Amino acid sequence: MTGRIVETRARVRRRRAIVVAAVLLAVLLVGTVSLSVGDYAISPVDVWRTLWGAGDRAQSYVVFQVRAPRLAMALLAGAALGAAGALLQSLLGNPLASPDLLGISGGSGVAAVFAILVLGLGGPALAAAAFAGGLAVAAFLLLAGHHRSDGGYRLILAGVGVAFLCTALTSFLMVRAQVELAQGALVWLTGSLASTPWWNVLTVLIAILLALPAVIACARWLPITQMGAPTAASLGVRSSTVKIVAVVTAVLLTAVTCAFVGPISFVALCAPAIARPLLGHGAIGVGTSAALGAAILAGADLVAQFAIPGYSMPVGVVTGALGAIFLLWLLATSKGRQL
Amino acid sequence: MTSSPAPRLSTRSLAAGYPGRRVIEDLDLDIAPGRITMIIGANACGKSTLLSVLARVNSPLGGRVELDGVDVATIPRRRFAQSVGLLPQHPTAPDGLTVGELVSRGRHPHRGVFQRWSADDSARVDDAMTRTGVANLADRPVGDLSGGQRQRVWIAMALAQEPRILLLDEPTTFLDLSHQIEVLDLLRTLNRTDGTTIVVVLHELNLAARYADDLIVMSGGRVLVHGAPSDVLTSDVVADAFDLDALVMPDPLTSTPLVIPRPGGAHVATDEA
Repeated sequence: MTGRIVETRARVRRRRAIVVAAVLLAVLLVGTVSLSVGDYAISPVDVWRTLWGAGDRAQSYVVFQVRAPRLAMALLAGAALGAAGALLQSLLGNPLASPDLLGISGGSGVAAVFAILVLGLGGPALAAAAFAGGLAVAAFLLLAGHHRSDGGYRLILAGVGVAFLCTALTSFLMVRAQVELAQGALVWLTGSLASTPWWNVLTVLIAILLALPAVIACARWLPITQMGAPTAASLGVRSSTVKIVAVVTAVLLTAVTCAFVGPISFVALCAPAIARPLLGHGAIGVGTSAALGAAILAGADLVAQFAIPGYSMPVGVVTGALGAIFLLWLLATSKGRQL
Repeated sequence: MTSSPAPRLSTRSLAAGYPGRRVIEDLDLDIAPGRITMIIGANACGKSTLLSVLARVNSPLGGRVELDGVDVATIPRRRFAQSVGLLPQHPTAPDGLTVGELVSRGRHPHRGVFQRWSADDSARVDDAMTRTGVANLADRPVGDLSGGQRQRVWIAMALAQEPRILLLDEPTTFLDLSHQIEVLDLLRTLNRTDGTTIVVVLHELNLAARYADDLIVMSGGRVLVHGAPSDVLTSDVVADAFDLDALVMPDPLTSTPLVIPRPGGAHVATDEA
């Protein structure tokens, strides 16, 4: 026996290792730049020294209290969104599936705006509200579009409809609210990483760690369910169960980022779409998508902060602009092909 | 290879179909372990429905499916999948998936969710690809293969699963005659070397009669006859099951029954499934 499959698998693993290493290098690079640039410039060397505890007081303050939490939040939120997008796209077998196009982000958004403006909530309660909103939309979609034969397009069209409805509801809530409150909600709605306290980062981290076992299980199951429900069943995997676990996990990941940084658009759409061709071999690429999502969001936040001198944009503006271009390119090139 | 005797797959008072439309009612059936059983019947006679319930793709509406006398509903799905495999009629492979990756997925029931790939997994996959003659295709995308090659790849995936009972739903549809023979010869070899029980739903009466140790002829959700092809496949049975006037004579090469429709012998256009 030549051990044919050992070679094949080794080649796949090598390719994945290279891709992941490259993406992590990008994360490292973006991270270092994020920590060093700003009103108080710190050289990359000093950034590293500061991170190892050898910086002076001013540097330590700027790095640990101002820039690091913002960077950490960008990385965590980007990773969560990248993973959520990979789960949904593999589940529905459609490259257009993402929490924003499916209206899940919209559902989280309405619930969160309602929580901010009407109930006056914040923090974990806001996250819970966003989770409930996203879950409500996801449940509606699962009930409405359980015909899978059309490659999830029916579901995505339903989701786009829901997203519009959510936008309408959000606008209604906004115009009814007091101007100052509405202004704050608007910044949140655009998606912003500015002034992130450490405990927010911690909350998001805990939510991601809670979701991690489910993410790993889905990464193992989704390649099986991709081959159709009968094949999956014959391999001992129940598609209906995987569907529920994957959707709830994706909603949790989306909602928790949504609650703390706002409904950041398109990261969940782009990251898996870039990760898959890099990996090849019909891979699901949940981990790579997460790493890419982290790199994309941290990079977008850099652009948002420094693209226009003296004016810091919400990061959602940047991901929205980049993502829209990417979506058009995807529509032009994919020819409606399924995963 | 594994040589433990295959478990016995049976149904007891089985009802199956869709909520509101029972296709199969009160069916008692024993699939002989270690043999090739072919299921034939007109469209919508319930043969695919039966297969999907045997494979636990669908749950029974009543009664039960048993594996060595144990109700399969009480067996964890992953453990059931270690004994019983299914090649469905329309399996789908995602774009770009290579043959090696696809066949590897057959190992799923043997691995825990957090368990790593083992040397044994590799050996099983290699073995499955070699026996089906697809080892040289390992790095090719499944989507680029011809129909015959693709079917062998899917069978390789089912073999990597190491089932003691392998169910196949019309594995030769859309294949030309030589590839049909190739697939059926492969199944026979598997059966003869490992003693794997093989259950096939087939459209081709004459091929079914030639390759089956046991033939099940279904009609209207019932088993019309069940036994050795030369004992059970008569012109009366063909007339009952297919509404077809046919001459049944021994195949000059294998002396298994050969069904030759009489000109103008179709009485009723069969319903589309």
